Amino acid sequence: MTSPHVLSFEQATAADESRLGGKCASLSRLIHAGAPVPPGFAVTTDAYQAMMQSHGLHQRVAAILAAVAPNDVLAQANAAQSIHAAFASTAMPDAVREAVSAQYQALCQQEGGNDDLPVAVRSSATAEDLPDASFAGQQDTYLWVVGTAAVLERVRDCWASLFTARAIGYRDDRAIAHMDVLMSVAVQKMVNAQVAGVALTVDPLNGDRAKMVIDASWGLGESVVSGEVTPDHFAVDKVMLTVVKRTISTKQHEIVADPEARCTTHREVPLERQTIPCLSDLQITAIARMAKQMERQFGGAQDIEWAIEPIEGNPDGRLMLLQCRPETVWSQKKAAPKVHVTGMDGLVSTLLTPVRLR
Amino acid sequence: MSQVKFPSPYDLKAPTGAEDWKSMYPYYMTFKDELRAEEEAKFWFCDSQHWPNPFKPFDAVTVEFAVKCLGQYNTRHYLIPPANGIEYRFHNGYCYMSPVAVAPEDIPARVPQFMERAGHYFGNWDSLLANWYTKVRQNIADLESLDFAPLPDVVPLQWIKDGVGLDNTVHLLAEYDRAIQLLYKTWNYHFEFLNLGYAAYLDFFGFCKEHFPSIPDQGIAKMVQGVDMELFRPDDELQKLARLAVKLGLADALRSGNVTDTLARVATEPGGTEWTAAWEAAKDPWFNFTSGNGFYSDDKYWIEHLDIPLGYIRDYVVRVEKGDTIERPTAALAAERDRITAEYRELLDTDSQAAFDGKLGLARTVFPYVENHNFYIEHWSMGVFWRKMRELAAVLQGAGFWPDAKDMFYLSRNELRDALFDYSNGWAVGAKPIGATHWAPIVAKRKAMMAALATEAPQPALNAPPEVITEPFTIMLWGITSESISAWLGEGGVDGVLKGMAASPGVVEGPARVIRNADQLHEIQQGEILVAPVTSPSWAPVFGKIAATVTDIGGMMSHASIVCREYGLPAVTGTGTASSTIKTGQRIRVDGGAGTVTLLD
Repeated sequence: MTSPHVLSFEQATAADESRLGGKCASLSRLIHAGAPVPPGFAVTTDAYQAMMQSHGLHQRVAAILAAVAPNDVLAQANAAQSIHAAFASTAMPDAVREAVSAQYQALCQQEGGNDDLPVAVRSSATAEDLPDASFAGQQDTYLWVVGTAAVLERVRDCWASLFTARAIGYRDDRAIAHMDVLMSVAVQKMVNAQVAGVALTVDPLNGDRAKMVIDASWGLGESVVSGEVTPDHFAVDKVMLTVVKRTISTKQHEIVADPEARCTTHREVPLERQTIPCLSDLQITAIARMAKQMERQFGGAQDIEWAIEPIEGNPDGRLMLLQCRPETVWSQKKAAPKVHVTGMDGLVSTLLTPVRLR
Repeated sequence: MSQVKFPSPYDLKAPTGAEDWKSMYPYYMTFKDELRAEEEAKFWFCDSQHWPNPFKPFDAVTVEFAVKCLGQYNTRHYLIPPANGIEYRFHNGYCYMSPVAVAPEDIPARVPQFMERAGHYFGNWDSLLANWYTKVRQNIADLESLDFAPLPDVVPLQWIKDGVGLDNTVHLLAEYDRAIQLLYKTWNYHFEFLNLGYAAYLDFFGFCKEHFPSIPDQGIAKMVQGVDMELFRPDDELQKLARLAVKLGLADALRSGNVTDTLARVATEPGGTEWTAAWEAAKDPWFNFTSGNGFYSDDKYWIEHLDIPLGYIRDYVVRVEKGDTIERPTAALAAERDRITAEYRELLDTDSQAAFDGKLGLARTVFPYVENHNFYIEHWSMGVFWRKMRELAAVLQGAGFWPDAKDMFYLSRNELRDALFDYSNGWAVGAKPIGATHWAPIVAKRKAMMAALATEAPQPALNAPPEVITEPFTIMLWGITSESISAWLGEGGVDGVLKGMAASPGVVEGPARVIRNADQLHEIQQGEILVAPVTSPSWAPVFGKIAATVTDIGGMMSHASIVCREYGLPAVTGTGTASSTIKTGQRIRVDGGAGTVTLLD
């Protein structure tokens, strides 16, 4: 099956990055770096372009946008609405529909055999990850999408999300040509996490580079990222990979998948799990190893989202990397120059200010 | 913490039957009633790491010489700016120690002297250390030359003809004095490099903690520690002998029977000559090795108890036949040490890397001594000393002083000198010495007192602890920190969890085996977790069997920590109470990275 319209994250190479958009390219790079990223594929910019060429959609969108004056917020909102309607009413080219359907079915087969694998469908714009033109959060993300028809629907929504009122205004402000930005879409298996969280490969409190910190709680990682629960906190020495600090919190709520309802729900954590650590030492070490590997691969401190999905026969489950971004606070801070006292002076100074071991 | 305190020695009564224990020890080693206010103002911790059992009167000599010599190098040789020596007292038979700080106003004047004196040693470490080996080997040869023989019936005729004009007791008394002098020199040499070694280690330690505030102590230790030390040679020799026996087809001949029969049987087998030659070659010096720690007269040395090394060889033979790797994973340990060092170094900027290299270089230069001196002093030198003392005990036993030669060790070193003069005097005047009559009731009473003292464990510490403990050597060697004291006092604890030093990483669950002394070592079964007041590096051969180690006392550089890191086993040291809290057979979880021991049953 070769179609220019879809490309699995595994098969994509650096040469494909311009067709993948920021999000998909980043997932592909993580896979090539050896990270256990949930499997999935990109609906490439070729597919987007094929859609735009179909039934004159490109011209219609361009015409709508041409009529909008910069800084006219109301006009931008109206244009966004018209464009969304245009996308909704334009049939997807057969070649694109067939390629996406086949690739989704192949993913279903690979991950268990049913034809209803829950996936996340996310927009992956080509300008999205430019350092000073971050579109993050300005395009759509759809979670727990199940079935071919729903996937196709969400792909179409992602394309249209390139033309939300905010995105239009954003590009206007920066003089980015609307029709130059292309959209790819990521379709990726949802991880039904038993425990999830974040990791930072530097101590956020003091910039200690030998330390990494992990926040973790039961269920999906949203509860940690959004701050809905006080997560368990672990500090790990990066070199020795030993846990140097652990704070176990009472984790009253968790967010879990409800695949039937194709959404997530909040629920109370059973009492017996509320106050016990949500990670075993083996799991902590596995997360730390993975984070360390990403830091080495990308040459700087990283901010990571991870999840562990249950698998039969292994209580430690399967660790997945969901997201990996450069850490920005300590990485950009210039360390104050340290004064080193060496030789005999160093010994005297050490003896006069003795270290406390703990 | 200042609210809670340990008992005062003045309130700690002797166990029943040991009320008169102070009469066994020199006056300067016990708490005096007249000095109560002064002594109660100091904080004393119990060194059960080195000295887990009450001391017989003669054995106190090792404590006074060792701790006195430790002190002299801080106070009089190198003038360590903030730290003098360590005071020591016996109470109810156990040794308690209290570091002596230098008054703040006196510290500045000591700095230039320290720089010059210690600087000379660091600057000439290798040549001075080579000289140390020469001195210590000569001292051992001198100990070997000690000659304790029964006095003859008459002065040799030749002495008459040569007009010597002296009798044999002159030599006997001189030999005893020489033995004590050589022991004194042994302990002087012991500390010549040790305190400086710890200072250099601390300097690197402090650097690491400054740059990586949460770096585990064991990470620092692993960067510094060597992987192929002379201290491990005795165990290496046993492993080689086991491999050789299997290779030469001697496993069955070695398998059982007493030492004499076994060696005779092996000698008659094909290949037996080769193996016997290897066995004999290993004995000198590597069997001058004790399963104790060298401080007690009843420590057993392999060379006098060949059943001990033979038993370990038999264990190794079984494991070789099963296809186990019995050797320490030295290549893997070296690779791990290089990895750890490179990874921490990589995290530093260029300037800091240069300082890191310098401080690590010095720490690595001094560290082999920190481990290896133990073989030359505690094992080899002390082994010869105790052997010579047993020869003297046999002489006095032959002269009717006591029914059992070992009774001699119930006399203090100065009482023994009196007894030798008594023996000499009786011999000279041609009358019976008074000793047999005089010492019999005293020895009997002291034996009863020793038994009574041993029924009670020592206190972890005495009096009120200070707000913080910062004295560097106390922290390094004994693991005495503000936190460990809190733990001993039972503060901030969780039920069923003991806190200690995270001494060697790894998490293991298994049944505990509580071992109070070296004679119980044979009880250990494969896969058990060793729980002991303290371990000795000479327990090395059992480290191949156990899954982890937990001790009551000991810091990052204590023997248990060093050996466990060397053998790749989890260890938690300095728990204060593990050996009395945990029972043999109880399931426990040891987390050597977190420093916790969880009781699972």
